[in-house]
Amino acid sequence: MIEPNSDALPAASPNSLWTDAFRRLKKDKVGMISLIVIVIYVLVAILCGLDLIFQNYSVADDARSYLAPNAINWFGTDFLGRDVLARAAHGTYTSMLVGLLGPGLSVIIGVVLGALAGYFGGRTDALVVWFYTTVDTIPYILLISAFAFVLGPGLQTLCIVFGLTGWVGLCRLVRAEFLKHKEKEYVQSARALGAGHMRRIFRHILPNVLHIVLIQFSLAFVSVIKAEVILSYLGLGVEAGTPSWGVMISDAKLELSRGVWWGLLTATLFMFFLVLALNLFTSALRDALDPKLKGK
Amino acid sequence: MLGYILRRLIYMIPTLFGITLLTFLLFNVAGGDPAAQLAGLHATPQQIEDIRVELGLNQPLYKQYFDYVGQIVRFDFGRSWATKQTIGQMILGRSLEDSPILASLSLTLPVFLLNILLSIIIALVLTQVRGSFLDQSTMVSCLAAMSISSLAYILFLQYYLGYKLALFPISGWDPSFFGRWEYLILPILIFVILSLGGKILFYRTIFLDEIYQDYVRTARSKGLGTKSVLFKHILRNALIPIITLEVLSMPFLILGSILVESFFAVPGLGGLLVLAINNADFPVIKAMTFIGAVLYMIFQLISDLLYVVVDPKVRLY
Repeated sequence: MIEPNSDALPAASPNSLWTDAFRRLKKDKVGMISLIVIVIYVLVAILCGLDLIFQNYSVADDARSYLAPNAINWFGTDFLGRDVLARAAHGTYTSMLVGLLGPGLSVIIGVVLGALAGYFGGRTDALVVWFYTTVDTIPYILLISAFAFVLGPGLQTLCIVFGLTGWVGLCRLVRAEFLKHKEKEYVQSARALGAGHMRRIFRHILPNVLHIVLIQFSLAFVSVIKAEVILSYLGLGVEAGTPSWGVMISDAKLELSRGVWWGLLTATLFMFFLVLALNLFTSALRDALDPKLKGK
Repeated sequence: MLGYILRRLIYMIPTLFGITLLTFLLFNVAGGDPAAQLAGLHATPQQIEDIRVELGLNQPLYKQYFDYVGQIVRFDFGRSWATKQTIGQMILGRSLEDSPILASLSLTLPVFLLNILLSIIIALVLTQVRGSFLDQSTMVSCLAAMSISSLAYILFLQYYLGYKLALFPISGWDPSFFGRWEYLILPILIFVILSLGGKILFYRTIFLDEIYQDYVRTARSKGLGTKSVLFKHILRNALIPIITLEVLSMPFLILGSILVESFFAVPGLGGLLVLAINNADFPVIKAMTFIGAVLYMIFQLISDLLYVVVDPKVRLY
């Protein structure tokens, strides 16, 4: 994987793939701007999560119901008179939480199952392949609706639903990589030096497939944020009262005919810039981590 | 070929077993006891117990599982809790005009065909001007279009084109095969718009992978024109990824679209699922999940068989 490279970094550095990728990423303007946008969203989410900004997000006032954008409420108010901008900002926290914890859980499931299957082969492999084929056979939207329906609505169940359903693609890729890597010389030498199975799997092979995990995680983040909207529409999203972009967008089905467009617009814009940044960053990341471009 | 198909069908058995196990665990074990919910607020303990007996919920779990598998083997998915109809009848409909599958197909099939046609043409054009401003700006627009929630598209376009400009009926349905198109134009248009961006990017990548291959240079150097290189060589070689994507998306043509169907009152399978979720109709959701999985397996087999047709290098074993 890591070849000696004359013009750049010390060839023996164990991180040279990552340092190299980071160096390439820094040159990618679109990728860096996307990264900055993502960091801003993360900051907003943290500040909202700690309740340091937009503290008025749940302050209701019947007299101020459905106000159009004005000097006090820049993006208007919703049916309970709550500030739309504050709710969208706090929706960032909800989206970030679901987008990180859901795919986080599926990365753990996918990597562990894929690694065990690819590394040990035989019956373990057959069992894991059977398991992911089964889950993969059920169309995604039916799978998440069925899980969310059975487990009931709520923020935690949302994370669990996305975690339990999103691991198949990653598991398949990790399994294939482990099949390839387990025969390589560096794994053989680790074995000769007395490294046990777990050490070979997690210390030696796993770092070599982490770039795949990273890209898959980023893709899953986007699909979870979008799927949350659909689940909200089905009434399977977060608890009532929790600010979420999905709820704001699906509430618009009753609001638009009354001329109330600001809730839909604000939530859509908040989601748009995050998803676009994530999409652009993923493709920059993929270019940066592409071994074919190494050293360029 | 026949032997291969047979073997593939046998391989489906463990997967089918897995699906029955998963749906059973999900709905009968994790889903809890639905009897109290079904009986309503003012039910006596005796009434709840009666419902449990009627649904077989008082049986041990392994017995319930075998009953479920037995039902599936007989293609009997039981009755809906909400409408008391048999689920088979709900999914197939009483007549052709009433059929939810055909309703879903009359929405999804035109979208499917329009999408393939438009995205292939646009992607082929983009490969010819790759790197230019047109190429770059189309790619950015596609990414931007993919970053908007599909629900936002539906809400906005239905409101703007249907309500504000009144170009189309906002929503509605006519069961006759001729009358339904009046109501289908807007949902078809919206559906195409919200799925086109991703498809264009996908096809562009596939075509660009082919364009730098040696056989393209050979074809060019023997003097073939752009048109013939594009259509006879590149398109033909790109057929394998195209077939994987398109054939594997076919189950969704039958299953319909949850969002579009419920917004435009298209009485298809997607709309049926939304109703079932709103009514907490366990048996219908369970049956739809199972049917969706079986459809996916069938189309997976079809897609593998089509490989052989388009690529003489692929041998079945």
